[in-house]
Amino acid sequence: MANQPLFQWLIAGVVGFLAVASLIGFLLARRVQSPGARETVANLNARIRAWWGMVAVFAGAIFLGRNVTLGLFGILSFLGLREFITLTPTRPNDHRALLLAFFVVVPFQYWLIATSWYGLFAVFIPVYVFVLLPAVMVLSGDTEDFLARAAKVQWGLLLAVYALSYAPALLLLDDIPNYGLPPALLLLYLMIVVQMSDVFQYVFGKLFGRTHLAPAVSPSKTVEGLIGGGLAAVAIGAALHVITPFTAVQAAGMSALIVVAGFFGGLVLSAIKRDFGVKDWGSTIKGHGGILDRMDSVCFAAPLFFHFTRYWFTP
Amino acid sequence: MTALARALLLGLVHLLVGAQARWEGTAPARRQRIYFANHSSHLDTLVIIAALPSELRSETHPVAARDYWGATALRRYIALDVLNAVLIDRSGGEGDPLQPLAELLQAGQSLILFPEGTRGGGVIGRFRSGLYNLSLRFPAAELVPVYLENLDRIMPKKTMLVVPLICTARFGAPIAVSPGEGKAEFLARAREAVLALSDARTRRRSAAAGTAA
Repeated sequence: MANQPLFQWLIAGVVGFLAVASLIGFLLARRVQSPGARETVANLNARIRAWWGMVAVFAGAIFLGRNVTLGLFGILSFLGLREFITLTPTRPNDHRALLLAFFVVVPFQYWLIATSWYGLFAVFIPVYVFVLLPAVMVLSGDTEDFLARAAKVQWGLLLAVYALSYAPALLLLDDIPNYGLPPALLLLYLMIVVQMSDVFQYVFGKLFGRTHLAPAVSPSKTVEGLIGGGLAAVAIGAALHVITPFTAVQAAGMSALIVVAGFFGGLVLSAIKRDFGVKDWGSTIKGHGGILDRMDSVCFAAPLFFHFTRYWFTP
Repeated sequence: MTALARALLLGLVHLLVGAQARWEGTAPARRQRIYFANHSSHLDTLVIIAALPSELRSETHPVAARDYWGATALRRYIALDVLNAVLIDRSGGEGDPLQPLAELLQAGQSLILFPEGTRGGGVIGRFRSGLYNLSLRFPAAELVPVYLENLDRIMPKKTMLVVPLICTARFGAPIAVSPGEGKAEFLARAREAVLALSDARTRRRSAAAGTAA
């Protein structure tokens, strides 16, 4: 991967993009006057600074190979699950089930990818954990809010562990005919399109956003942001078809899938935050919030992108 | 050696459960204080010490039960050397059980108390009278309510295994004994001050525990 010229070009492109963003942020910070605008620009610059860190960590992990990438996503799942369960009102009696979720389910799911055991990877959480977890919970004898507790822990696992693990599971797709590039480029492709979609939806929303899409769920989501940001992400995704097994048209379709799924991922996780009565999932990433605030779109986009690619492009 | 053990232990606590402080009603300050918190696990003492700024740690002493923290050499070392704790007899024993606390307050030090005296398991129980008696004797010490979030889920009774949820220590606005205020009245108000920092669920579950007995 390290001496893959496409990888180096991609990283150079992302670094160039961030450099331009940092420059714009710097210029904006000097120009704005009103307190409201100052706050927006300060948050924008905090986000851009955090992006440098996130890109460095992610590119470093891909560069260091499959096991490091899996380790990174394993940690993200662990921290994401922690954010989810911290806000979920479980009860002290769920202790054993939660120990199982954090210290058995998370490592095992990533171990399955490390050993390329696709068959079990795909059913472990939806089948085995689905049965095992409520079985452990019921042994505590605590029936108060039982369904809600079991369902919430399972949702946390499905989102932060199962769905998210589909992103590094793209590394398993190494038998795509006429591709010949390392599948880590597919992971890079997914992350670039998802995050560019988020970034451009934010930018277009801030610049042209008028019509609120779902004001009761997320005040920052606008029709103008979704359309402008979505189209920009699809254009980037189509242009990047050279690193994928797709044609330009297919890549545009895949990017549209990623954009729509990612959009709903963000919206659904916002609704859950509303339900919990919080604004952010955590405070791990400065300017962005928690891990789940940054990975919400990936959680919805990764499984769909994985299965679309696997169904149509692998033998 | 002890400084290293402290850094390691508190680092581990930060890593596992966050243990971040949120100063909601007051700011960290080098003045004499009695922090009083809800009690739900053996981690409570560690979390509250980890949440305090390091410059306050040497002059702030958690009050711990001798029957647990004094039971083995390791626990005694952690309590007395690493955490600067002061051990008291919960059962009463001979003499005034508050005497070691009074001595520390006399010397201008700060204390961390768990007025419930026992772990509540997600419910904040009735407060014992030590907090009231000490504040009458040392009116200069500021009484700061603290609510420790999630610890009943992180490490419930009867287990030593830690579920790594994020625990925040919320520090509320200081209270004081009003002139002529009775013991029961004040203790109920102190408990309310901790409950006010907690979530709706804990308040609901604790409602019955406060009025009973």
